[in-house]
Amino acid sequence: MEKTETVHAVHARDIEGAKMGMWVFLFTEMLLFGGLFLLYSVYRSKYTADFHRSAAELDIVLGTMNTVILLTSSLTMVLSISALRKGHRGLSSLFQGMTILLAIIFLVNKYFEWSAHIHQGIYPDSPVLLAMKRGDIIFFSLYFVMTGIHGLHVLIGAGVIAGTLVFTTQGKLGPDNFVMLENTGLYWHFVDIIWIYLFPLFYLIV
Amino acid sequence: MSTEQETQLTATRYRRYVYVWLSLIVLTSLTVSVARLHLTHYAILIAILIATTKAGIVVTFFMHLKNEPLILKLMLFVALLAFTLIALLTFSDVWYR
Repeated sequence: MEKTETVHAVHARDIEGAKMGMWVFLFTEMLLFGGLFLLYSVYRSKYTADFHRSAAELDIVLGTMNTVILLTSSLTMVLSISALRKGHRGLSSLFQGMTILLAIIFLVNKYFEWSAHIHQGIYPDSPVLLAMKRGDIIFFSLYFVMTGIHGLHVLIGAGVIAGTLVFTTQGKLGPDNFVMLENTGLYWHFVDIIWIYLFPLFYLIV
Repeated sequence: MSTEQETQLTATRYRRYVYVWLSLIVLTSLTVSVARLHLTHYAILIAILIATTKAGIVVTFFMHLKNEPLILKLMLFVALLAFTLIALLTFSDVWYR
C-alpha cells in the first residue's frame, strides 16, 4: 500500500515537472512574439496614419472568422483532455481530430488572404509595396512576418496534435498518461492567445 | 461515486468549458463592434484591454492555471513582469530620444 502511494507521488511530481517545463518553453515563445509586438508598437506610434490606412486593406470578416475558428479549436482541445482523463479515448480522439480540422480551415483561410494580397502585388520586397509610404511598408512587413510565424505555429501545433491522436488511438495515452496531451494543449492555447492579440492589432485598428 | 453520477460530473465539466468558449466569442464580437465606432484615441486601449481579458480567460480555464500550484502562477507572473519591464524600457527609449 505504502509503495503504491510513493509511486503515485513520484508520478504526480513527474506531471508537475513536465508541465512546468512546457510553461518555461512558452515563456521563451512569449519573448519571441513579444519582441515583434514591441516593434509593432514603436512603429505604430511613429507611423499611426499609415498603419490605419494599411489596416483598412485587411479583411475584417476573414479575420473575425479565423478568430472564432481558433477559439473553437481551443475548446475542442480542452475537451479532448477532459475526455482522455475520464478514460473516453474515442471521444478524446474525436475532439483532437476536430481541433486538427479547425487548424486546417484556419490555414486555408490564411492562404486565401495572403493570395489576395500577393495578387495585388503586396508581398515583402515587392515593387508595389516598396513604392508605398514607409509606414505602409513596415505595416505589411510586420503583418507578413507576424501572421507568418503564427501560421507556422498553427501548422506545427496541428502536426503535434496529429501525433497525440495516433498515440491516443494506439492506447499509449490514457487517464494515467495524459501529460503529453495536456502539454500539447498548453502550446495550442498559447498559439490561440497570440492570435487574440494579432487580430485587433492588424485587422481592427482602422 | 456511481457511474451515473460520474457521467453527470463529466457533462457538467464539458458544459463549463462551453460557457468559457461562449464568453470568448461574446468578447470577440464586442471588440469588433467597438472597432466600428472609430473611437480614434481610445480604440487601441479598449482593443488591448479586451484582448488581455480574453487571454486571461484562456490561461485561467483552458490552460488550467486555476488549478495549478502557486509556484507556476509565480513563474508566469515573473515572466510577464520581465516582458513588461522590457517593454517599458523600450518605450522610454523611444519616447525620450
